[in-house]
Amino acid sequence: MRPFERIVDEYGPVVLRVCRAVLGPADAEDAWSETFLAALRAYPDLPEGANVEAWLVTIAHRKAIDVTRARARRAVPVGEVPDRPSASGLPQDWDGDLWAALARLPDRQRMAVAYHYLAGLPYRDIAELTGGTTDAARRAAADGIRALRATYRPTSSVEGARP
Amino acid sequence: MTTGPDSATDLFGALTGTDDPALGRLRERLAAAAERDGLLDIAYRTVDSPVGTLLLAATGEGLVRVAYDREDHDAVLAKLADAVSPRVLRAPARLDPVARQLEEYFARSRRTFELPLDFRLAKGFRRAVLTHLPDIGYGHTASYAQLAAAAGSPRAVRAVGTACATNPLPVVVPCHRVVRSDGSSGGYVGGEQAKLTLLNLEAAA
Repeated sequence: MRPFERIVDEYGPVVLRVCRAVLGPADAEDAWSETFLAALRAYPDLPEGANVEAWLVTIAHRKAIDVTRARARRAVPVGEVPDRPSASGLPQDWDGDLWAALARLPDRQRMAVAYHYLAGLPYRDIAELTGGTTDAARRAAADGIRALRATYRPTSSVEGARP
Repeated sequence: MTTGPDSATDLFGALTGTDDPALGRLRERLAAAAERDGLLDIAYRTVDSPVGTLLLAATGEGLVRVAYDREDHDAVLAKLADAVSPRVLRAPARLDPVARQLEEYFARSRRTFELPLDFRLAKGFRRAVLTHLPDIGYGHTASYAQLAAAAGSPRAVRAVGTACATNPLPVVVPCHRVVRSDGSSGGYVGGEQAKLTLLNLEAAA
């Protein structure tokens, strides 16, 4: 088996992107930490030849559900998604506008978008995680992307543009 | 407007940076949490030294591996994952005392190491040989034949050579103090130059 450090090297960045897209800047780092700690615990029992990325996204998905539920319990209603600075104070860490747009998607669409477009999971695997059929997962991702395009324009392509 | 499967990369440019400062602090946090939860089976770090970059690895029991650059640190870590546990993380804190004592040793202010050692990578006679190595005092040398006698098998000179060549804890367990009977330094896991550097360092102190 490869040393776990090599797993963190290879998949740490993609799992962080997924956690950020699903949970936003405030909770992403906690979810990443809990995902890799749980993965480290289970790692010696991971079968030879398993798809490590899919395995990590599955763990991250469960942690995201936990975080989402905890957030719902402690939630204080806010009218608008706040424009948060990045957790580290470094602007390149996170684009607040992208999260604002992602946060407006229903959970299932946001997860389908993150797992497919950021982690490359096939819709069949996404359906197993989020429930429903493969077609439903494909539709959720397509609807999510369409909604994102309607509300969000990447700052890298159009400087300072707002929807 | 297209919404095909590969047409969304432009949307996530803000998330796809690779040189991400967040990952650095997350990895530190993971190492600390792993240590706290008893999941850090092998912690490792590297240190710079007069004999090159040394890899240091420790189990919960103690220092388990010191490796020279020429042994290929990636290969050494892969072997540790197979032989001990794949729960391997870069986690410098556990190795702070080792790094400090090595630094003192190379500065000639330390003559013996006081560290918990984990000899699990050496078995049988090889292990017996390693436990006798610290009997050769700082600045002294012994021949392979003398060490064989000390380990209770005077005729196992070649096996002593093998035990030294496969010492998982070079520098700390001083196999560099074992030399040929004719006085020449002989082979060394870190290369002959490293062996001479260590012998000269100790002789000059």
